[in-house]
Amino acid sequence: MSASEIGFLALALLAVIGAAGVVLIDNPVRSALCLVLNFFVLGFIYFTLGAPMIGITQIMVYAGAIMVLFLFVIMMLKRQGAMAKPDKPDSRLGLAVVLGLALAVTVYATVIAPQGVTLPLGIKDYGTPQAVGVSLFTNFVWPFEVVSVLLLVGIVGSIMLAKRRI
Amino acid sequence: MNYTIPTVDWSLVLPFALVALTGIVALIIETAHPKRDNGLIIGVSLTGLAATFVLLLTQLVLPPARTFGNMVLRDQFSVLLQLICVAATAVCFMFSDGYLREKKIAFGEFYPLTLWALSGAMVMVSTDNLLMLFVGLEILSIALYCLAGMSRSEARSEESALKYFLLGAFASAFLLYGIAFLFGASGSMSLPDIQKAVTGLTRDTLPMPVFGVMLVLVGLGFKASLVPFHQWTPDVYQGAPTNVTAFMAAVSKVAAFGALARVLVAAAPLHQYWFEALYWIAIATMCIGNLVALVQKDVKRALGYSSIAHAGYLLVALLAYTRDPDKVSLGTTVFYLIGYAAMTVGAFAVVSLAAKGDRDGSRYQDLHGLYRRAPFATVMLVLFLSSLIGIPPTVGFFGKQLIFLDALRTGLVPLAIVLAVNSAVSAYYYLQIMVAAFVSEEGAARPVSRKPGAGMTIGVCVCAAGVIFASLLGGYVQETTRTAALQAKPVPGRVQNQMEVINR
Amino acid sequence: MDWLIALRDGTGPLGQWGPIVLGVIRVLLFVVPILTLVPGLIWWERRLLSWMQDRIGPNRTGTITFPESFPLAGLRGKKVRTFGLLQPIADGVKLFFKEDATPAAVDRLVYFTAPAVALFPAFALGGTLPIASLRYPFEAAGSGIFAFFTPVANVDIGILYVLAISSLGVYGVVLAGYASNNKYSLMGGLRASAQLISYELAMAMSLACVVMASGSMKIPDIVAFQEGPLWGFVNGVQNWAIFTPYGLVAAVIFVICMIAETNRAPFDLPEAENELIAGYHTEYSSMKFAVFFMGEYAAMFVFSGVFAAVFLGGANLMPFRWEQLSSDFPAMAGLFRGLAYANYWLGPVAFLAKQAAGITFFIWLRATLPRLRYDQLMNLGWKSLLPMGVANFIVVGLWVVCTQMFGPAGGFASLLGAFVVLFVLYTNLVGAAKTSTPGIQKRGIKMVDPTPQGVTMVDPNKV
Repeated sequence: MSASEIGFLALALLAVIGAAGVVLIDNPVRSALCLVLNFFVLGFIYFTLGAPMIGITQIMVYAGAIMVLFLFVIMMLKRQGAMAKPDKPDSRLGLAVVLGLALAVTVYATVIAPQGVTLPLGIKDYGTPQAVGVSLFTNFVWPFEVVSVLLLVGIVGSIMLAKRRI
Repeated sequence: MNYTIPTVDWSLVLPFALVALTGIVALIIETAHPKRDNGLIIGVSLTGLAATFVLLLTQLVLPPARTFGNMVLRDQFSVLLQLICVAATAVCFMFSDGYLREKKIAFGEFYPLTLWALSGAMVMVSTDNLLMLFVGLEILSIALYCLAGMSRSEARSEESALKYFLLGAFASAFLLYGIAFLFGASGSMSLPDIQKAVTGLTRDTLPMPVFGVMLVLVGLGFKASLVPFHQWTPDVYQGAPTNVTAFMAAVSKVAAFGALARVLVAAAPLHQYWFEALYWIAIATMCIGNLVALVQKDVKRALGYSSIAHAGYLLVALLAYTRDPDKVSLGTTVFYLIGYAAMTVGAFAVVSLAAKGDRDGSRYQDLHGLYRRAPFATVMLVLFLSSLIGIPPTVGFFGKQLIFLDALRTGLVPLAIVLAVNSAVSAYYYLQIMVAAFVSEEGAARPVSRKPGAGMTIGVCVCAAGVIFASLLGGYVQETTRTAALQAKPVPGRVQNQMEVINR
Repeated sequence: MDWLIALRDGTGPLGQWGPIVLGVIRVLLFVVPILTLVPGLIWWERRLLSWMQDRIGPNRTGTITFPESFPLAGLRGKKVRTFGLLQPIADGVKLFFKEDATPAAVDRLVYFTAPAVALFPAFALGGTLPIASLRYPFEAAGSGIFAFFTPVANVDIGILYVLAISSLGVYGVVLAGYASNNKYSLMGGLRASAQLISYELAMAMSLACVVMASGSMKIPDIVAFQEGPLWGFVNGVQNWAIFTPYGLVAAVIFVICMIAETNRAPFDLPEAENELIAGYHTEYSSMKFAVFFMGEYAAMFVFSGVFAAVFLGGANLMPFRWEQLSSDFPAMAGLFRGLAYANYWLGPVAFLAKQAAGITFFIWLRATLPRLRYDQLMNLGWKSLLPMGVANFIVVGLWVVCTQMFGPAGGFASLLGAFVVLFVLYTNLVGAAKTSTPGIQKRGIKMVDPTPQGVTMVDPNKV
């Protein structure tokens, strides 16, 4: 195994641990923290792929801003640690696990196994700020502009739902 | 860093820009004069929509074109769908003011948000790039999540907004995951490129795009409310304010089917993998939509199930087209969408008259006495409902006839039979609604309190004109979409090659 | 230099471990000064504050009185004063040996992680910060020996890295507040999260202005941009961002945001002692508390460094372009050449001096300004700083476009003219609006006349 493979596996393992923690931990704050870990590690996986711009954006936006808001809301809503657990285990849980495993096996058998697994490698310089800026302002300028309408909708809509009086 | 700035043909994005800018102007008016009469906002919005409509009409005769690095596509199909969306929105605006006032939720923000939702739908139908499709879908969806929860004092409205939001976000995730698979398989998000890429695949590389197409179909199937993904529809249709429901029913469905058509066309080389699935989904959608509608006690809920059923009919038209694009035309779908938008918006407009105070009053008995208060609107309701049933000479009849013939022509006989049977079944609940409107109000718990305003009358008249006269457009629509159809045609002939590849 | 190049490229005696060793050296060169200077900072803060508040402050610890029997005759009976410089060491010893009390009902894992999480961003923040000039005078970029030792990582996303890591700084505070299981701590944590998110945006806008003007997100490139001629046409003076109009506005916004991000007075709401006991670190004692304290000072130190690099010309001692001057004035070329080399070799000292000035500013503010109320804090962030930052961003865009169209001097003149016209228009319009509808005055303060006859209302418009 090369150094980059070891690095990728270590990061991937951390990311998976974080993702599993989000689902498995009962305490909402800890669960959110696992999500932070996942986002943070994901940012580093982007770095190793030679895409520093998207990696740092991932850390700044998701780990730094969105998850802080999540934590803020969780802490405002509920002080006590664990959420109220149902008396008996949810019968759908087993089904969900079985179906999830089935999906994973299907994806593996049909998509991953035939094509083989290769270490993801980025093209040189494709993820630098310059490259991202150039593609945003040439080929992807229209989606970039249209997304501004999306953000406007988000702002106006949330204000309409949240403001006190008409 | 070397780069070339792509050339831009602004006329292609002008309709979108006009609608989005109208929304911004409307918002500025609202900001400058909060809590005032919304008349000015409505006037500006309708003017903007009228200008867009005229602009789109002039573009109907132009040859297909692309711009912005192939992100925007204008062909007859996209222009026609945009026309439907713009007209439906205009009608929604006409009857919205009285309804919102009655329910005391006359937010000025309703108009800009709806305009932006419309712009999202226009983005969705005027592209064959999955990225743009997703962005448009999100604009449309997020605006609709907010609009569905607009009636904040009603628990049902909040519930519908939350349900729509959570399930919609889930469906968007499916769509994105599918787009990622397709991008991985083909290296492009442009549907023609994907179509090219998937034609020459081997057994080893095939599963990835198949997976992608399936996931994209799940995401779009949610928007179009096809059956396994339809559960949100009745709840959201019932809980959302009626004018929002009308917009949702018409524009959202048009956009979803526009996108679905493009994706299915691009996925035609993989025909054999998804055709069976969609075949059964179409049957299930038609049957479940109509059968569950039979037992409903609420007009909006019943119409929600009816919209599921109509999604099934539309899917039959699409399936027939992708099966044999030489024999039938995509015009059938467009034509049916025109008719569906006219009749469903009209029906919801009349139903919105039943609102009283801060409650929607959409149970069957809430319609009692409607004939006394609003005789014209009630007669029009009969017209819309008979069109929804498919009684000649309304557009609903001709639309269903075209789909029926298409299905027969392409050998989808079982689908045609299911369609015919379902049309007959659906008559029952539509008739129930009609009867409810004519029952006298004595003993009714909540009589109708409001007389229809001028906007309502005009809006209903526009819809009625659509229902009656759209039939005349049938030939034109068929011809336009046939001659200058999509740039990328489905190539189901490749299926044979695929079979060979698989068997090898 | 050759062995350094070999080390960097992995061809030296250490082989492929060379770059890693060099990286560790870089990290140490950055972190060790911070760690050693933090106690000094605490002493400086206490002394300076006491001086500003007209009191003495810690001046005893470290004063040695030699006994009469001391072997060295010259020192017998003498007092050696160190101005209390050993006070921080005494504090440190005290903190180490204090009882480490952990409340019973805390969320233990998070409670113990929080101080570490608070300290990490403070140190990591400076990872892209050059603490010396990378360019040897009269030579190409990156030719100096300092280029091997700073910054820790010279990456394309330098400024974004600073923003990303500073946005992580909130976690320590929030987690401490949550894990302590204490109302006051929780409120401190909540305040911190809201405050940091609000000010993060304005900070990003202010940094974006400089990024747009310099055309790069690499901090060394931003410093190099500031070494160009002032406004693009004053040849002898460096173009420090703070000397440009947009840069000045951005600097003011950045300074305010930087204070808010480090939770210092007047933005120290998360630990407001007269409302929340000690806010998020109420339940922390001993070294865990000291770690929070250290994190705060390290963050001050590093943020001052960011300010120095982005707005104050980095490691340049004075805003003069010595190399340009030496060619412009051949008569004094020798002097200017010497100054250029001095400027290069004194770079780290200059940088440190700018950081020290920044920290002194922090302390000065703490002694001067009262704490903001929470709504004032939010209003300042969202309604003043963010719009100002966005407007400034537009101005920078215009500046760049005008410079490209009319050249540096023409662009500057046209923008100046446009600004004057707008300012005159604005003042006239606002003046006209004020005379027609004195809306603000109408709703103004009710002034109370504290006469013994009773309270009378005074019309503020007539006072």
